[in-house]
Amino acid sequence: MGVLMYWEAIRRAHDEELANDPMVIVMGEDVGVAGGTYKATRGLYEKYGPERVIDTPISENSYTGLGIGASFLGVRPIIELMSVNFAWLALDQIANTAAKVRYMSGGQLSAPVVIRSPGGSAHQLGSQHSARMEKVFMSIAGLRVVTPSNPRQAYGLLKSAVRCNDPVFINEHELMYNLKGEVPDGEYFHPLEGSELAREGRDVTLFGYNVSVHLCLQAADVLAREHGIEAEVVDLYALSPLDRAGIARSVARTHRAVVVEEAEAPVGVGAEVIAILNEECFFELDAPPRRVSARNVPIPYARNLEKAAVPHAADVVQAVLGLFGRT
Amino acid sequence: MEIADKKRILRDMLFSRRFEERCYEAYVERKIGGFLHLYPGQEACVHGVMEAARPGHDYVITGYRDHIHAIRCGADPKAVMAELFGKETGVSRGRGGSMHLFDVKHRFMGGYALVGGPFPLAAGMAKAIQMRGGDEIAICFLGDAANNQGTFHESLNMAALWKLPVLYVCENNLYGIGTRIDRSTAVVDQYKRVCGYGIPAAQADGQDVEAVARAAAAAVDHVRGGGGPYFLELLTYRYRGHSMSDSNAYRAKEEERMWSGRDPIILLRDRLIEAGAMTKEDYKALDTEILEEIEEEIIAFAESSPPPAVEDLERYVWAEDGSCRSGGAG
Ligand SMILES: Cc1ncc(C[n+]2csc(CCOP(=O)(O)OP(=O)(O)O)c2C)c(N)n1
Ligand SMILES: [Mg+2]
Repeated sequence: MGVLMYWEAIRRAHDEELANDPMVIVMGEDVGVAGGTYKATRGLYEKYGPERVIDTPISENSYTGLGIGASFLGVRPIIELMSVNFAWLALDQIANTAAKVRYMSGGQLSAPVVIRSPGGSAHQLGSQHSARMEKVFMSIAGLRVVTPSNPRQAYGLLKSAVRCNDPVFINEHELMYNLKGEVPDGEYFHPLEGSELAREGRDVTLFGYNVSVHLCLQAADVLAREHGIEAEVVDLYALSPLDRAGIARSVARTHRAVVVEEAEAPVGVGAEVIAILNEECFFELDAPPRRVSARNVPIPYARNLEKAAVPHAADVVQAVLGLFGRT
Repeated sequence: MEIADKKRILRDMLFSRRFEERCYEAYVERKIGGFLHLYPGQEACVHGVMEAARPGHDYVITGYRDHIHAIRCGADPKAVMAELFGKETGVSRGRGGSMHLFDVKHRFMGGYALVGGPFPLAAGMAKAIQMRGGDEIAICFLGDAANNQGTFHESLNMAALWKLPVLYVCENNLYGIGTRIDRSTAVVDQYKRVCGYGIPAAQADGQDVEAVARAAAAAVDHVRGGGGPYFLELLTYRYRGHSMSDSNAYRAKEEERMWSGRDPIILLRDRLIEAGAMTKEDYKALDTEILEEIEEEIIAFAESSPPPAVEDLERYVWAEDGSCRSGGAG
């Protein structure tokens, strides 16, 4: 196993998939000559040429639609949307075409496109560059949504997404491209469904995904060290479909749950996971499950306000202590 | 154009007209639900263009006014009607309905309900054709009002930039639902809007199927010959309301009269009669034959077909080939 940064892992997956199948193409703003805003496609233009590593105009809905149309005829496009804030413009083609075309054609057509985009609040990017949109995507039937929390997942999820015949949205994160982690040296395909145990524990389950997995892990350390509470951390790298069975299995062991999301609470991952707990294992619960979420505001610019708007590990610790009546 | 070809096209256009009129009746009888957008008046557009193209070989995509486009590409009219009736034997297995006909085997790549949605999809299919190196072209039929969508401009730009083999056909029937084109669109001649992208464009009489076929032949040659995209505007008119819920109250009677005097079917029929290739009686007999076919074969098939099984409600949402389950290794 070598250590790669998140962006390097994504770049490697692109490179291997382009090499593996001549019908794989990469498209997006600045993915070619410039090598990608987050370097995720660096060097690929030189290696595979302008017909396969395509710098697009700033026309999100239409180049997404173009990729979808190409996928009808066997092309396997990997589309980079520079930021999820711009993905709103492409929602029409993603939701109205890619996600529905197999269904409304009675199984005749499918849109095997991969759409990658970074979301999340980072460092004072302001309201229009800090959206967290996973909740929007995961509500669309027919669209798979995955979100890697580390370089191994970033590599393996992209590889699997390219081979999958459903459209897949990969929700990356502005802050994670320089995160380091081990990635298998050989080819590795990460499953597009399920969840991963990021840490074992018997007292409470912390559910996280993408950046919030790291908040959960930090909180779990504090809880173990300072409070004698052993938290299990479940990494929900697949947001659609969600791992109902895995979610229920963990809570059946720990009997307590906190869901940590970097997004605002309404209609989000926390709401969905807690609904699943109600439906699948209500009587296993020893305490009402809790959500740790962002405040319900557009992300502000000022450093102190931005910090106050998003969740931190300390908030997770507080939520867990609350479950044990220790606040 | 040979007499035999004209006769064949006349039959196809008359069939299209009667098919759509029968849909109207079936809607009134509540056999067909939802939105229903009919094609009478515009028949020369798809029949003329597809005369110049290669149905079943070229990839065709369009909006919600799609019945005749599907049939002209090769879809079985029985399966189209069955789709409208919401039956498992429908072209889209009853999952699509009037606005979402698909027949991928005949390269009819779908009807789409979002105005302007097919523009980039057509460019994408052209991109795929370009990569595969075949001699097919992609053909996108849409209305005049669709050109006010951003996807129109974005797609034309990319199609020109990458020289994609795509033909955009604009069926300009002067209205987007109830809004006349000069009230929604600064430049009424749609072919003029394309010059900003360096794409060759032409305008033709969309009521005269021979004129359409001629203009389309030049367009198709350009695209198939590797010249990149082309835009063809056809001036036409729909004889009915936009959809079934439309009373048509916004159109002047004078205007409607003018266009019904230019019925594409009557124009071609009269030409054949003048040439001595057909009599009024022949035409009558043809019409009767078509009406019988529609009733006895098409409607009967749609009526007697079974609806989709409710147990299959959740099929076709996700891939059923295991390509996503195993992590893609398969
Ligand atoms: C994005 C979008 N906006 C609005 C509508 C509602 N709508 C359906 S058809 C139509 C008019 C389109 O007119 P045109 O493109 O000229 O085609 P025509 O119906 O005349 O064939 C409108 C506004 C829609 N289907 N999609
Ligand atoms: Mg119109």
